[in-house]
Amino acid sequence: MTMSAQLAAEDDADLVGRSGGRRAVRVSTLRWVVIIGLLAFLIAPIIPLILWSFSFRWTFPNLLPTEYSMRAWEAVASPTNDVLLATWNSTVIAVVVTALSILIGVPAGRALGLYKFPGKRLVELLIVAPIIVPTLAVALGMHTLFIRYGLSNSLIGVIVVHLIPALPYMILVMAGVFANYDSAFESQARSLGANGFKTQRFVTIPAIMPGLVVGSLFTFLISWSEYVLTLLVGGGQVITLPLLLFNFARSGDNAIAGALAVVFIVPGILVLVFTSKHLSSGQAAMGGTGAL
Amino acid sequence: MRLPTSARLSETTAERLRIAALLAPAVALIVLLFLGGLVSGLLRSLNYFPLIGLDTPNFDAYTAILSDREFLLSFWLTLYISLVSTILSTVLAVAAALLLRAALKGRRVVNVFFSLNLTIPHLVGAVGILYLISQSGLLARAAANLGMIDRPAEFPALVADPLAIGIILTYVWKEVPFIGVIALAILLSVGEDYESVAKSLGAKRWQAFRHVTLPLLAPGVASASFIVFAFTFGAFEIPWLLGRTYPSALPVLAFESYSDVDLGSRPKAMAMAMVIALLSALAIVGYTRLSRRFIRS
Repeated sequence: MTMSAQLAAEDDADLVGRSGGRRAVRVSTLRWVVIIGLLAFLIAPIIPLILWSFSFRWTFPNLLPTEYSMRAWEAVASPTNDVLLATWNSTVIAVVVTALSILIGVPAGRALGLYKFPGKRLVELLIVAPIIVPTLAVALGMHTLFIRYGLSNSLIGVIVVHLIPALPYMILVMAGVFANYDSAFESQARSLGANGFKTQRFVTIPAIMPGLVVGSLFTFLISWSEYVLTLLVGGGQVITLPLLLFNFARSGDNAIAGALAVVFIVPGILVLVFTSKHLSSGQAAMGGTGAL
Repeated sequence: MRLPTSARLSETTAERLRIAALLAPAVALIVLLFLGGLVSGLLRSLNYFPLIGLDTPNFDAYTAILSDREFLLSFWLTLYISLVSTILSTVLAVAAALLLRAALKGRRVVNVFFSLNLTIPHLVGAVGILYLISQSGLLARAAANLGMIDRPAEFPALVADPLAIGIILTYVWKEVPFIGVIALAILLSVGEDYESVAKSLGAKRWQAFRHVTLPLLAPGVASASFIVFAFTFGAFEIPWLLGRTYPSALPVLAFESYSDVDLGSRPKAMAMAMVIALLSALAIVGYTRLSRRFIRS
């Protein structure tokens, strides 16, 4: 059954009600109560963040700020503040992590998606392991190595350590893409005289592009959201947005923390808007597990 | 034309080499960073560190943490947080998915908000929940406006509380959408045909659910739940922001012991990291077993 036929059939079921009569009415009322309750729960934590970011005076027990101002937003945008530096750091780290994940992860995804080979399960396990084992558990041991090789307290060290949660995610997405990819098109291009570069440029890359875009954007988000690895390896020398957000939330400056939180979630929403066409919900869920 | 055996053999060798070349950088990086970090942590937890003259491994750090009251409290607290968060998220997500699968409009709206929530970093959720449920948060203000309390201190402490309600609430807020999208995707791909068949053969609603829908749903949802369990057991920033200082969650305790000025507590920190890794490795085993069975069926 095609997706649209399935949806249409469900629509009918909705109109008629499965066992008809009063029970159907009760079920649909219950359903709407649950939907509204669920949406309220999902949105609830975001509302105080937005309100705080525009507040000037908001004392207990007022439900809304009694005076509004742009103080927090001006502070966030001010060049004398750490926020611009942190945003710049977060962006640079996430972009480089994503680029490296593409360079290293796309070939690996190709091997896992297209071929069967001895030891494949072992390789798959090795790639899934960093997604499931909490990064902190390996990061402490790794930090000792990083100190020895001079990678701690540096931007490069932070980039390298972010690859642990990010790269496996990219490989898994690309393995899924290549599992549905027909490499016969490449042989045809070659037999028609295309060289390796041209085959890549005109056949392979266009075919994997949608998956590559989705994988890259979510890899970006994994690095963008990472907190404890940056804190540990950056040693307080590399300031990123989540580090600032945490500090302001702890020090009790609710207005600035609210504004920072809003800045922090914008890329995720943009990613969702850009990828909604290519994205199956399962992939989004994987993004959630990565480290977001 | 049949190729001679040797030519075919060398062809597979060439392919193997190509596969190895494609995989090499990724495998090398993960072995170096992930396994390297794990092994380095393990050796340090065994007090093996030849660079500073420690060349006879022992279990001192493990016996030390196992007799340390703070570690034990922290371990049970973390296990409690992970179990309660995982069970609550799973039950709520499956219930929501079952109720929503037949409601086309409602399902679309909820799915959009589920996906939106998946892109929001945990830390943002934790700060939002803090401003919502702390003693001067929005809920306390609402209670004050309804005349239920007069001062913030009269509102129950839901943050940095013994029951870790703030932490659990943040995990549930973040993981219900994660399990929910998976449960919804499974329910949609399976359709309602099997259930209708069961009902037309005389199965009651509960029987159809128990013997048809649930077995179809269970493997995928269980895999997601294992991931949630492993994640919540090792996550750091949420208990660091919303938890108590004593006892703190295990990842927080490990991090704090590691950053202690007394370098002598590092082996203990590493031993705690190994406990976290071991528990999540058990979750991996559960996950792969289930997903394999899921794929086979």
